[in-house]
Amino acid sequence: MDYSQFGSMIPELIVLGIFMLVFLFDTFSNEKGKRILTPLTTILFALGTIAIWIIPASCEEVFGGMYINDNATNAIKAILNVGVFIVFLQSSKWVNSDEVAIRKGEFYELILVTLFGMYLMVSARHFLLFIIGLESASLPLAALVAFNKRHYESHEAAIKYIMTAVFSSAILLVGLSFVYAFSGGSLYFSDIALYIGQGEMSGLLLIALAFVIAGIGFKLSLVPFHLWTADVYEGAPTAITSYLSVISKGSAAFAFFVIFVQCFGAVYSDAWEWMMYAVIIATITVGNLFAIRQKNMKRFMAFSSVSQAGYIMLGAMAVNGLGLASMMFYIFVYVVSNLGAFAVINTIEEHTGKLSMDDYNGLHKSNPWLSFAMTLAMFSLAGIPPFAGFFSKILIFTSVTSSNSWALYMLVLIALINTIISLYYYLLVVKAMWISPEEPKIGTFETERCQKVGLWLCVAGIVFFGLVPYIYQYCYDAVQSSLGFLTFFNL
Amino acid sequence: MFGNILIWFVVIPVIMMAGLGLCRNSSMNAIRSVMVVCSTVLLGLSIWLCCDFLSLRAAGVDDEMLFTGSWMWYAPLNIHLAVGVDGISVLMLMLSSVIVFAGTFASWKISPLPKNFFLWFALLSTGVFGFFISIDIFTMFMFYEVALIPMYLLIGVWGTGRKEYSAMKLTLMLMGGSAFLMLGLLGIYWHSAPEGGQLTWNILEISHNASIDPDWQKMLFCFTFVGFGVLGAMFPFHTWSPDGHACAPTAVSMLHAGVLMKLGGYGCFRIAIFLLPQAANELAWIFIILTGISIVYGAFSACVQTDLKYINAYSSVSHCGMVLFAILMLNTTAMTGAILQMLSHGLMTALFFALIGMIYGRTHTRDIRQMGGLMRIMPYLGVCYMIAGFASLGLPGLSGFVAEMTIFFGSFQDADTFHRIFVIAATCSIVITAVYILRVVGKLLLGPVQDKHHLELTDATWFERLATVTLIVCIAGIGCFPNWINETIQFSFKPIIAAIQGVI
Repeated sequence: MDYSQFGSMIPELIVLGIFMLVFLFDTFSNEKGKRILTPLTTILFALGTIAIWIIPASCEEVFGGMYINDNATNAIKAILNVGVFIVFLQSSKWVNSDEVAIRKGEFYELILVTLFGMYLMVSARHFLLFIIGLESASLPLAALVAFNKRHYESHEAAIKYIMTAVFSSAILLVGLSFVYAFSGGSLYFSDIALYIGQGEMSGLLLIALAFVIAGIGFKLSLVPFHLWTADVYEGAPTAITSYLSVISKGSAAFAFFVIFVQCFGAVYSDAWEWMMYAVIIATITVGNLFAIRQKNMKRFMAFSSVSQAGYIMLGAMAVNGLGLASMMFYIFVYVVSNLGAFAVINTIEEHTGKLSMDDYNGLHKSNPWLSFAMTLAMFSLAGIPPFAGFFSKILIFTSVTSSNSWALYMLVLIALINTIISLYYYLLVVKAMWISPEEPKIGTFETERCQKVGLWLCVAGIVFFGLVPYIYQYCYDAVQSSLGFLTFFNL
Repeated sequence: MFGNILIWFVVIPVIMMAGLGLCRNSSMNAIRSVMVVCSTVLLGLSIWLCCDFLSLRAAGVDDEMLFTGSWMWYAPLNIHLAVGVDGISVLMLMLSSVIVFAGTFASWKISPLPKNFFLWFALLSTGVFGFFISIDIFTMFMFYEVALIPMYLLIGVWGTGRKEYSAMKLTLMLMGGSAFLMLGLLGIYWHSAPEGGQLTWNILEISHNASIDPDWQKMLFCFTFVGFGVLGAMFPFHTWSPDGHACAPTAVSMLHAGVLMKLGGYGCFRIAIFLLPQAANELAWIFIILTGISIVYGAFSACVQTDLKYINAYSSVSHCGMVLFAILMLNTTAMTGAILQMLSHGLMTALFFALIGMIYGRTHTRDIRQMGGLMRIMPYLGVCYMIAGFASLGLPGLSGFVAEMTIFFGSFQDADTFHRIFVIAATCSIVITAVYILRVVGKLLLGPVQDKHHLELTDATWFERLATVTLIVCIAGIGCFPNWINETIQFSFKPIIAAIQGVI
């Protein structure tokens, strides 16, 4: 075996390296030393993130074509890393609270392991590696969801999460075993693409595709595979909820695009176009309609993230490089906007324990800056200019309509009408904070420094990265330079 | 980039926001000085632009757009920040800066949170100015939405009456309109060049390419016209307008009715008709029926209202309907009338809302049944109200007359029965306008004093006078010297008329 092949896996090696350092430090340091565990991990991770942004990808397939680290996968990894970094900043107070402090090493280790799994998911070009990535991204997350071990809801959420995770993995594997039957005994993406391109449509392939959509749809919480979302989001510690809602979703969306466009691109219009069409409409609409009624902020964000997942998947409907670039940009914007909202929810929960939307009434009188940040996050999620959310939505809509088919225009129209529904419930939060005449129920408090930095990063991302096209251009260039298979089917 | 004068119309409001950001909510004087300085600079800039523009035209420059500039923004989709103005946009910029200027003085004593109020107000004006300078439909759409969202907070926080309901209704309806609009714009973009050509968002390039095939044009025309029509208060999408205007604070009503509703008319003209001329020719009749209904229906509704702001809001529906109606006639005279009507209605309705705000601030009621004889108590405001009323019902010498005459002359040029019937019906609205204006003026200003407490009220203060005088001067200016406007805009119709005639 040629060990130099590991040299291609720079992002994985970086995360693995940080994981090892944290693990060893956590194991061998004394109580006093553990105090610096949080700053140590955060700083190491920041350096790692910068390294992934800077170091160019090797762009070659290694391990016999099972794994690739090209510019596009490198870019999505960098985007995910930014999100995880913000999650680390946000959780700095929670992990040092009395109940959790003793286990804070585990928190960082588990997060890093799941991130490693997600890296494998997006870089995999063979279903075996993909499954390994998917499992190592799912199972440790259940442990994280149950992290508040004295809370009943936390346990309930973890059980729900792990049951659905295992069940959906099983479905995915069944689907893949059907695919295996088609592909002449190979699970390489390129082989499958070749065989499916030559073969004919059959009912079995349709079932296989439906199973694969269901399996990955669970990670993305696409409707009808979203039923776990609200309960898990509500029960999990808020830091984990924010991690679940953005990072795990972003990686699964990218992997979905690669699998469906590379492996099953040949049967796009025959098979999975209309499946995804229906799933996306259901996801956006159901997410929106359920979010309207929610009073608990975490459940509210859960349904909001269900509908946002539908918007992210619009990028897959474009089946071209523009679609993937827009999807990656959407993921980035979604990371900063959603984490911005969660940062506010998190700090308020930590200081006052309040989670209901009614508790936010009159918030601008006691905490004007938090209300300001929350307003920006809500506007960005709703797609209001000049904030980044507007640009990500418009760019993804533009990419979907690129094929000029009427069906896709109608899909965009439905999505656009849904943005109006989503605007309604996002404005409900703004209304509670700014317009409600009541006296604030939440007293004035000072946000902890790390959380402030995290929040400011989100606000900066929301305000600048729509007006400055740097990230979009970065994603676009990365996609153009790496995904050769996109031209394969002449899509 | 900053060498282009047009960019400064967006930069100055941004500076304004930055300046306001540095002020504290308690230091009212600092906030006021930032607002006054910046809005005066904007007003000066627009006057300078207009003079510059006229002198260039006089020197024989006959490009479609002047002061053009284009900077790459999102390169993969060929999105530019492209600016340029023709006579119409120059006048719209002047209108906006006049109303921002007057609005600043009309909200001199806003409370609570004056800083936040003016911040959102400045964001609103950024959107409006940006919309009028853009010639790239993507940036145009972005600025359009930038102008919409501050309305929610401005009405919700500083409004009166059923403000939460109205703010939500207004925002959702306008955003719903922009959803249709967005789809139309996407369609235009993906058809903007012939097969294999470089796709573009630039209005001028799209119109030169003229590559959108007729079937697509029809669908896209409906989407874009309805999208902009919602903001232009076209029947049956006008219902946000009365509630929204009635609940909004004074300066916001002024800016919204005065300028934002013009975005609808301007957009229909610049995008729906200019870029999709073939569909405009074939489908104009649908929208002529709808706008005809808004004109007459708005006027009748105004007759039975008793709240001053509702009267004025329904009157706006009627007058803005006339703008869209005239644009759909697709001839030069009627379109000139439409532009004049936009200016005239913008100024006059801003004056109305300013005066209503001032009267409401004193009497604490807007119900005309509870007021009377205000002419004796506050003669200055009374006279101003009369002037606004006369402008609205089309008294010669004021702007309304010029605008409406031009519109009806132009509209009557279409010789077929369908157009004639609708023009005659629309003309009847002048009489109905006279009914409701005279009813209000008689009840409110003349007649016996209804409430003894009103006798102690004072007349206008200096900043209120400044706001109203600015607007009245402009109204009379347009009324007395309409030729000047004609000269400014005459070049602008050539490409549009050429596009329409090219397909007949």
